[in-house]
Amino acid sequence: MTDMRTAFAAAAEDLLDADPLSAVVLAEISADLFAKAFARHPERVLNVGIREQLMMSVAGGLALAGLRPIVHSYAPFLVSRAFEQVKLDLAHQGGRAVLVSVGASYDAARGGRTHQAPEDVALLDTLPGFATHVPGHPDEVPGLLSQAMADLFGPNGHSSYLRLSATANKEAFPVSPRLRVVKPGAQAVVIAVGPMLDPVLDAVADLDVTVAYATTVRPFDEAGLRELASAAGQSVVLVEPYLAGTSARPVAEALASRPHRLLGLGVPRTELRRYGTPEDHSRLYGLDAPGIRRSVTAFLGA
Amino acid sequence: MTLMTGDEKHTPSATSTLDVIWVLYDKVLRVTPETLEDPERDRFLLSKGHGPAAFYAVLAAKGFVPESWLPGFGDVDSRLGYHPDRNLVPGVEIGSGSLGHGLPLGVGLAHGLLAQGRTRPRVFVLVGDAELDEGSNNEAIVYAGAVGLPNLTVVAVDNSSASYGWGPGGIESHFAVSGWAVTRVNGRDHAALLSALNVAPGRPRLVVAATEPKG
Repeated sequence: MTDMRTAFAAAAEDLLDADPLSAVVLAEISADLFAKAFARHPERVLNVGIREQLMMSVAGGLALAGLRPIVHSYAPFLVSRAFEQVKLDLAHQGGRAVLVSVGASYDAARGGRTHQAPEDVALLDTLPGFATHVPGHPDEVPGLLSQAMADLFGPNGHSSYLRLSATANKEAFPVSPRLRVVKPGAQAVVIAVGPMLDPVLDAVADLDVTVAYATTVRPFDEAGLRELASAAGQSVVLVEPYLAGTSARPVAEALASRPHRLLGLGVPRTELRRYGTPEDHSRLYGLDAPGIRRSVTAFLGA
Repeated sequence: MTLMTGDEKHTPSATSTLDVIWVLYDKVLRVTPETLEDPERDRFLLSKGHGPAAFYAVLAAKGFVPESWLPGFGDVDSRLGYHPDRNLVPGVEIGSGSLGHGLPLGVGLAHGLLAQGRTRPRVFVLVGDAELDEGSNNEAIVYAGAVGLPNLTVVAVDNSSASYGWGPGGIESHFAVSGWAVTRVNGRDHAALLSALNVAPGRPRLVVAATEPKG
């Protein structure tokens, strides 16, 4: 099985061939994956060197010129390092682009905090209009990228963020902006975002809870959540592979008119200061199957 | 400009840029109120968004915005803020104010025009000498010099306001070492500005427009 990053590069290469206004902007990272595309489209595959501010501003300038840029780098360098450029050179100008990161929260567990970005979705959540897609399987990447590129168009067009990870579920699902019920249950609805689906399913296999899978978290499927929560005691558990509670706001907005309970699982703010593997970090954060099970059981019993 | 009052802090910034902005709109830029959406128009990016009074005055004089907009400068009902917003003002190509954004945006814009085969339009970015303190400019200067964007011209208004200066070689030495064509002219001399701005040397160009030091 190919990984999400390779699937993305192949899909982006197809887009570059098919759409003469598409462009890719890089800051060295993944340049090797785009070598063939660069050879064919040197004027639309731009590697600006190790200059992430410039990478994002160049995308903003390309958008002003009428192009449709894909900006790609490692998550902390794409989002938090160049955040003012995302805010001002894209959002404030009214420009649109598709941001695609790799690395996620702790793919680089051995790399330490500098290469980890649990804060990315929360940061982009402070800007108007960004859609956020979190695929859970490489086969979901091309469809989400096409969707993000199509969403650049029109009066209601907008930018999007694709958050890729080296961690993936065993099975892919057809791409949908809606919550997809994977397992029905009555005591709570557990929303598993992207690669959290497999550990969630392992964690709650024998519990009477609904498991709903989400790859598109912004905009959040508020109507779908209201429906599922009504059939599950108005109890909601979010299991997100980034900062814990990131989606608590849209959940609270969706359920504002009714009493409800919410548990937000994800990566804590506290720095772990440990290395090891992504599996180690999931375990230490309580985001592996036993950890999720402990949290969900406690929530149900409370 | 006397129609716009209130932005006292930014008055020196505004007056230092008036001559060069006037020469650009009067003699150099191929853009009019009728060609605002023409992809073949020249682009002027006011990166130094502080003190936009001179910019607004020139836009009004050239018919991009009504002169009646000027007196309300900065008011809640005005489209003209203390920093300009491209989504509010016809003829404003970028919203600016936070320093160090215009030149990197201009690099992307220059790339984007060339990628569509539009070799005629030129991109002009106006920066201030102190604005160049922002490191984002350095990323753009080195990169643009290396890839040699021929449609990009930076006008650096130098009123000696950078606290640490730019050394004996001036601003231009920092661009020249990255492969830019550079020149320095008197920022109040319209003929000198015109002849410097009209040159398209086949690589990125810096025109330092020197004015009296900011008081």
